[in-house]
Amino acid sequence: MFGSLTTPRRVVVTGMGIACPLGVGVANVWQRMLASESGIGPINLFDAKDLPARIAGEVPTGPKAEGKLDLNEWIPVKDQKKMDRFIQLAMVAATEAVEDSGWVPESEDDRNATGVMIGSGIGGLPTISENAQLVGAGKARRLSPFFIPSALINLASGHVSIKYGFKGPNHSVVTACATGVHALGDAARLIALGDADVMVAGGTEAAISDIGMAGFCAARALSTGFNDRPQEASRPWDKERDGFVMGEGAGIMVLEELEHAKKRGAKIYAEIIGYGMSGDAYHITAPAENHDGAYRAMKAAFKNSGVTPDQVQYVNAHGTSTPMGDDLELEAVEKMFGEFGKQLAMSSTKSAIGHLLGAAGAVEGVFSILAIRDRVAPPTLNLHEPSRESVIDRVALQPQERPIEVALSNSFGFGGTNASILFRRAP
Amino acid sequence: MSDTAEKVKKIVVEHLGVEEAKVTSEASFIDDLGADSLDTVELVMAFEEAFGVEIPDDAAEKITTVKDAIDYIEAQKAA
Repeated sequence: MFGSLTTPRRVVVTGMGIACPLGVGVANVWQRMLASESGIGPINLFDAKDLPARIAGEVPTGPKAEGKLDLNEWIPVKDQKKMDRFIQLAMVAATEAVEDSGWVPESEDDRNATGVMIGSGIGGLPTISENAQLVGAGKARRLSPFFIPSALINLASGHVSIKYGFKGPNHSVVTACATGVHALGDAARLIALGDADVMVAGGTEAAISDIGMAGFCAARALSTGFNDRPQEASRPWDKERDGFVMGEGAGIMVLEELEHAKKRGAKIYAEIIGYGMSGDAYHITAPAENHDGAYRAMKAAFKNSGVTPDQVQYVNAHGTSTPMGDDLELEAVEKMFGEFGKQLAMSSTKSAIGHLLGAAGAVEGVFSILAIRDRVAPPTLNLHEPSRESVIDRVALQPQERPIEVALSNSFGFGGTNASILFRRAP
Repeated sequence: MSDTAEKVKKIVVEHLGVEEAKVTSEASFIDDLGADSLDTVELVMAFEEAFGVEIPDDAAEKITTVKDAIDYIEAQKAA
């Protein structure tokens, strides 16, 4: 029974929340995504004039009523300074997800059966940078007592548990850009194996800071050729692509044991039916030849899922818009789906919001579920001329109505870590 | 109210996010104003910054109420 998500206990999604460059709130973000809008623009969070990459996807600032972010509407001012921005964004998305699920544990047993697993790729980088500068200036004694707890990655899970009194497993994932999928998959397994009945799970990231952007620039990972046309910079599979566009945000889901959700009459978005992982054992940043790790992660997700590739209609690709990775992933998906590739829609929603690193997999999981709910594949923006032809439809420029019942979402991270997750329409 | 008292209370209001009326001289940071031990460390740092004084750890531990803070700072300034 181990290694299977469908026995002994099935896991469903009963709540979702998002903060991303297209805004705050699932309904608002999805509407903008289907309108082929882009959330990429010039960097406002710091002065980026000295960097080769000066654009990013920032969560827009403004009132909640307009689908934007005003932190004061979400987190008491006194608590904001105890959280790096990555925790603040997680709190926003977690609040939406928990409220959306309607889950309010009344008894101590219920609280003990409700856990949190929110990960981040990098954590409190801006906070670490600010405090390092104080130390460098000889002001070591001026460090805030909140410096360490506001930078620690597991404090996103910690703060959510404190806010809601969720006393079950409190855990966190750190696997670079695969974090979001790993958090969802691992949390689902905790439920499947009986460690919890409900898990608040997902990923969060806020690395649009001087040191974060400079670091990824140094690794030659970011797009630098579209500073004057930011909305055209993230262009997965297009032949003009030149690197990924940094994004920030959080995607959080409430995962729940199927019978638990039914018993309380919860609305069920989808079921998590498969989850697969692999390692490349190849290179710290580059994907392995033929993206064999991606193929093996997808294959592992199908194992014990009860579905086969012919039953999948949509793939949310990792598709970061880097010259090398996009076509290698395409090749791996072609190998996975074989002749059924021609009935697939595969898009990269990073084309609209950039790469949210540790939050990417969770946010894209939300999009995959919405694709099932509304039977529509969100578009790949800026895909005018693919660098590589394929039988797989990559949903260029406009969304497509499709009979989507099962969706697969991929995430791959530095260090050669790969994860894939399968969602199916609610049982 | 002395300038020091006014400034101390303003800092407390800002850092602990409490209503001004609650910040009486007798108010305890932890028991009355909802602070935890890390909040009090940060408060003392804010006092040091605002008044240009140094408050060593052993003295900081004894500052538990608004009045304690005002008295300590005024004594330092007089010295």
